Amino acid sequence: MIQFEKFTLSNGLRVIVHEDHSTPMAVLNVMYDVGAKDEDPNKTGFAHLFEHLMFGGSGNIDDFETPLQMAGGENNAYTSNDVTNYYIQLPAENLETAFWLESDRMLSLAFSEKSLEVQRKVVIEEFKEHYINKPYGDVWFKLREMAYKQHPYRWMTIGKELSHIENASLQDVKNFFFKHYRPVNAILVVAGHVKGEQVRQLAEKWFGDIPAGDKYIRQIPDEPAQKEARVMEVKANVPLDAIYKVWHMDNRLDHGYYVADLITEVLGGGGSSRLYQRLVKEKQLFSQIECYHFGTVDKGLLAVEGKLVKGVKMEDAENAINEEIEKLKQGGITEKELTKIKNKTEATLAFEDMSVLTRANNLAFYELLGDVNLFNADRDKYFSVTGDDILKYSQKIFDPNNSSTLKYYSEN
Amino acid sequence: MLNRTIAPKIIDPVAFDIHLPACKKHTLTNGVEVYALDLGNEDTLMVNWVFYAGNWWEKKKAVAAATNFLIKNGTSKRNAFEINEHFEYYGAYLNRTCYNETAELTLHTLGKHINELLPVVAELVQDSVFPQEEMNIYVQNAQQRLKVNLQKCEFVAGRLIDAYLFGENHPYGRYMQLDDYAAVQREDAVDFYNNYYKQGRCVIFVAGKLPKDIIETLEKHFGNLPLKPRSTSFAATVQHPIQPAAQKKHEILNDPNGVQSAIRIARPFPNRQHPDFQKVLVLNNVLGGFFGSRLMGNIREEKGYTYGIYSYLLNFTSESGWMVSTEAGRDVTADTVKEIYYEMEQLREELIDDEELMMTRNSMIGSILGDLDGPFQVIGRWKNMILNNVEEGYFERGLQIIKNITAKELQELANKYLVKEDFYELVVI
Repeated sequence: MIQFEKFTLSNGLRVIVHEDHSTPMAVLNVMYDVGAKDEDPNKTGFAHLFEHLMFGGSGNIDDFETPLQMAGGENNAYTSNDVTNYYIQLPAENLETAFWLESDRMLSLAFSEKSLEVQRKVVIEEFKEHYINKPYGDVWFKLREMAYKQHPYRWMTIGKELSHIENASLQDVKNFFFKHYRPVNAILVVAGHVKGEQVRQLAEKWFGDIPAGDKYIRQIPDEPAQKEARVMEVKANVPLDAIYKVWHMDNRLDHGYYVADLITEVLGGGGSSRLYQRLVKEKQLFSQIECYHFGTVDKGLLAVEGKLVKGVKMEDAENAINEEIEKLKQGGITEKELTKIKNKTEATLAFEDMSVLTRANNLAFYELLGDVNLFNADRDKYFSVTGDDILKYSQKIFDPNNSSTLKYYSEN
Repeated sequence: MLNRTIAPKIIDPVAFDIHLPACKKHTLTNGVEVYALDLGNEDTLMVNWVFYAGNWWEKKKAVAAATNFLIKNGTSKRNAFEINEHFEYYGAYLNRTCYNETAELTLHTLGKHINELLPVVAELVQDSVFPQEEMNIYVQNAQQRLKVNLQKCEFVAGRLIDAYLFGENHPYGRYMQLDDYAAVQREDAVDFYNNYYKQGRCVIFVAGKLPKDIIETLEKHFGNLPLKPRSTSFAATVQHPIQPAAQKKHEILNDPNGVQSAIRIARPFPNRQHPDFQKVLVLNNVLGGFFGSRLMGNIREEKGYTYGIYSYLLNFTSESGWMVSTEAGRDVTADTVKEIYYEMEQLREELIDDEELMMTRNSMIGSILGDLDGPFQVIGRWKNMILNNVEEGYFERGLQIIKNITAKELQELANKYLVKEDFYELVVI
């Protein structure tokens, strides 16, 4: 159990304080309730590009980095399909510097043409580095489009294509800012060697006079239930054949989410997991295999991906995956496996909680999900999952008609 | 009305009095040293066994890495699956990593399970059997992984630049070809294991919320094994001559369709014992050590040529190197290289102004303070000092240098080390 308090400023900004006096540091975390899923399908990649622009100076402060470094602080940010998050860590004595910087860029960004021009290029290099200039780099562009027909998870956070980033205009930047980067759509978490009353005063002083803005009402189409198995084959200049399979699963707050999370552990979590033991070690069909899910707020994907041992037929590899899934659907899991995955979850959470930065980040995310108290309550949801839940849920999601498969062949 | 153009007052981090939390040294019956740090609120624990079993000691390529990987793939009592299952059942992670001088086993676990796990770690250290079947799978999968990596320009560049600095035969410059894996025989691994693990030189680091009897527990499971203590001069018992590349400039076309180039520009640099090492860390910070550095400012934030560019000192023990590393757009490769040298030249020719120097000092101190936040980070600092054989007071001296080094000293260091002709230059597309 961790302790925190929450209050809301008159402009709608939600503020959460988490005191931890075992560290000399403070963390200031601002999460905006906007991600790539809120983008126009013809202007994808924008939420992420925008994140870059948040470092290009604000109304009253030309340079974000220098004063922060002067105060001994470090910062970074990330964008996902669901959220955009900014965080600063600095010596607690200099906490107010973080309030000053972070509030000014919420008040008003500089909207500099130069910054837009440079960051377009930087993001294009990021796109190339991660998705073009890498073997198998295009896989998730294809798979997302296969699995999602309506929901905006069908494009990647980095954007659907380079041209969308190239065409971003300053007007787009302004519109996006005033639509999404308002107090009413944001959550502020201050954690570490701080006091509740101090945070209250500083929040009021620096964020209190920022105009509330309009609450953004998200209207995203639900992904209709998939009714047919989808398969795609590609050939590319890669050294090994690979296979990727995804199935739709429940959203972040649904019971099914926790069950799916544990299923990925049974199938792919570590050297004693089923897929690794059977398919890499015993049958030697794959040189590596993984099972994971996307952890998204809306209905996400559970994925299995593996690289085939040279010479193994795609059909045999796929059948072997299906066989393991069939076993799970028929026989469920053993008591020992259930204890194992719960012990692992317990340990993972304890290691996560060691970092005040991670705690701050998670507090913001739970508040964004609807209630910061989920931070503590969420854990019980993992521990309440039964072997029978896993059996039933695997029968539900591992339906071939709920799956998309990408067979990625080596040209060589 | 709030005037937002005025920055709040700060306390300069250089004024902070920073202490590295103390770690306690114990010695087991067999002489093996244990460094223990009791810190933290969660019931979490890390135990790290460092063996002098890196590729420094191998007589044949790839043996050290294969032995390290396969150490948890079978004992006379348990097969690989049972070993993995044992650790994973308790929610623990047992990782292994092979470096140059050393190779390690690292256990992360909740403290309450430690007594179930330590006996099995001891079993791995004494009774690993290296089954032929496991060996075959390892070789096959390592080759496949290498094939994929060889398509990545940054992977190819990372191997080659080290080879240029130290020579392909030196442990720091040695890299694997596909055939090297296949040449490793079971007997090679067994021999290496017997010499460098089973009866090898070992040092243990343990950190987290320590159980009261942790030292007794380690003594019970490891104190009577035929392990030997580490010795500071041990690495010097085997000499590897450095044979740098004759040619300084290299271009490799790895992928004709590549849209980026991996650029590595590096020079040899002395190790941590050299009096310039900690001073150059400050200069490196200005050049490319963090997001606010000159390289990042010029090449990313001004020109948009790259997603990121950094410089750093290589983390090797007996020799180091100073490296600039980036992936940049293929069409702006030449200009990126030119700008890297331009930034070096600026540091040679112009004094760093007061504001930038103060910012560098403060950000380095702030970063150290932030980095000391947690038991694993703190023990990491101790480990780094212990394994690099630097004397008492290294950490404190580093802080003093950050606080007091002058712009003039930094310029002198730039003139001594940031000399274009001394750098190896590699572009891989």
